Amino acid sequence: METLLNRYRNITVLLLVIFAQLILLAYQVKNDSDVRLIRVWAVTAVTPLARTIEGARGGTEGFLQNYVFLRDTHAENERMRTELGRLKLENQFLKTELATADRAKALQVFEQHSLSKMIAARVTATAAGASATAVFVDRGSTSGVEKGMGVLTPDGIVGKVLAAYPTASLVLLATDPSFAAGVVSQKNHVRGILKGVGHGTCRVDYVQNEEKVDSGEWFYTSGDDRIFPKGMPVGQVTAARPGNPFQEVSVDPAGLAGGVEEVLIVLQGVHQEIPDLKTASQAVYVGPPPPAGPNDSLPASAQDAPNTGTNSASALPTDADKIREHYKDVANAQNHKFGDNPPGSKPVDFNFQLKPGDKSAAAAKSNTTARPATAPPASAVKPAAPPAPKPDNQ
Amino acid sequence: MRYSDEHSLLYSQRETQISRFKAWVLLLVPLAAILFQVYVPLFFQFLAYLDLPLIVTIYFALMRRSPIGGLLVGAFVGLAQDSLSKNPLGMFGITLTIIGYVAASVGLRLDVEHPLIRLILGFFFYVFHQFIFWALSRGLLAQQVAFETQRTLVLGLLNAIVAVSLFHFLDKLKERS
Repeated sequence: METLLNRYRNITVLLLVIFAQLILLAYQVKNDSDVRLIRVWAVTAVTPLARTIEGARGGTEGFLQNYVFLRDTHAENERMRTELGRLKLENQFLKTELATADRAKALQVFEQHSLSKMIAARVTATAAGASATAVFVDRGSTSGVEKGMGVLTPDGIVGKVLAAYPTASLVLLATDPSFAAGVVSQKNHVRGILKGVGHGTCRVDYVQNEEKVDSGEWFYTSGDDRIFPKGMPVGQVTAARPGNPFQEVSVDPAGLAGGVEEVLIVLQGVHQEIPDLKTASQAVYVGPPPPAGPNDSLPASAQDAPNTGTNSASALPTDADKIREHYKDVANAQNHKFGDNPPGSKPVDFNFQLKPGDKSAAAAKSNTTARPATAPPASAVKPAAPPAPKPDNQ
Repeated sequence: MRYSDEHSLLYSQRETQISRFKAWVLLLVPLAAILFQVYVPLFFQFLAYLDLPLIVTIYFALMRRSPIGGLLVGAFVGLAQDSLSKNPLGMFGITLTIIGYVAASVGLRLDVEHPLIRLILGFFFYVFHQFIFWALSRGLLAQQVAFETQRTLVLGLLNAIVAVSLFHFLDKLKERS
């Protein structure tokens, strides 16, 4: 037995180690929970190192700018050149600082104006793995951050908190294939699910082919997922084409454009209205109704209708109007008055054939009985003339 | 000389070429590789495609020529990488354990000091690593991920080129016998 174990020692150890990790993996998948202790240790160990490295980087950059580049200031030419270089670098540095300050100010303003309760955080590292679509931020559970909270910038959503550790949190970016959020389009209020595709863009799933999504249209969070409050910008549609079974809609996530440095974590979300689409309101000219042609048999009531201009379109005869007028003529020719039929009275015979004389008589009768005396005569009906141009007073 | 004698001789010659490293090298180099992977891509995004923990695991497994040592280094680096990733613990762990074991077994049979061999091994192990990770994602986590062959091959070549340079640097950290 001992010889056998010695002979297969390597493969035995390999199988044991893999088996142990499989158990670990199965435990996490089965319980849908993490082995938190190991992760907390790892993150807590790495976060101070990352901060130290970041501090050292900033310090070295400052040291290089402030001292090393000024080493040769005694020589005039060198001094001038170095001075110029230093000023350029300093200018660049200040621009960066200004941009950082602007970003911080923008975050602050956004945070103040937003109804949701948020906390600002800074990205300190990316998650391990060659195609990492997650980052670490420097706010953790001690700052009130919890797993599942939404992360955004004033430009748009960034992702959601995947795990909260005491000093840091792991944020899953919106471009990750496992990310999902409920979204709604601004113009047509088309609902869908935003999903990452593993690189720069995202897609919106479950949009029916019949629904209209335009390129360049904005998507906003719908609030259905209970991660992001309703009304947060998501991104603009870059392409929308019919697919099987759903439409293929690509969205450029606005919150991730140009990299992510400072973010806001939504501690308590408050839903907001999706902003209305601003469209230019232009006056629409509606022309007068067309004149009655020789073959047009306008019903009497349509010809008699006063031409007020605003409801002139209602004077146009439709098939329904013609049928209605025909039945009224038929009823008048039989001395029948609609709405005044005591029990036992004879019903109207709608198959009654009208003679040419009946029609005009019925129309005259109808005019005298049904219309008020103030109604204009039929001869007064004329197509409305287009509005005369106003004199230019200027 | 019979083939079996010749084979045994070659095998024992390789075993005598086992490289030894100081404890701090074995601890700090993988840690630095992991830190590099989580920190540097913040400023240089293209470096995110560089899998330094994998390269370091391959190096130590190849040079120590001990399958058990290789798989333990792989498990340690993999679990550390897992704990800083979004994956469940064990995904990188299992992958790098297998890589460490296979790399050490290969190291016993090949002259791993030659740059061309190192380039080929670096490429092979990168592709193998991606394949195992993809298979585990689909098989154990039921994730519908696609294996991007073209991308993997290109990144494998880039990682192999970096691996050759890094191996040359790490050779200087070996203990002199």
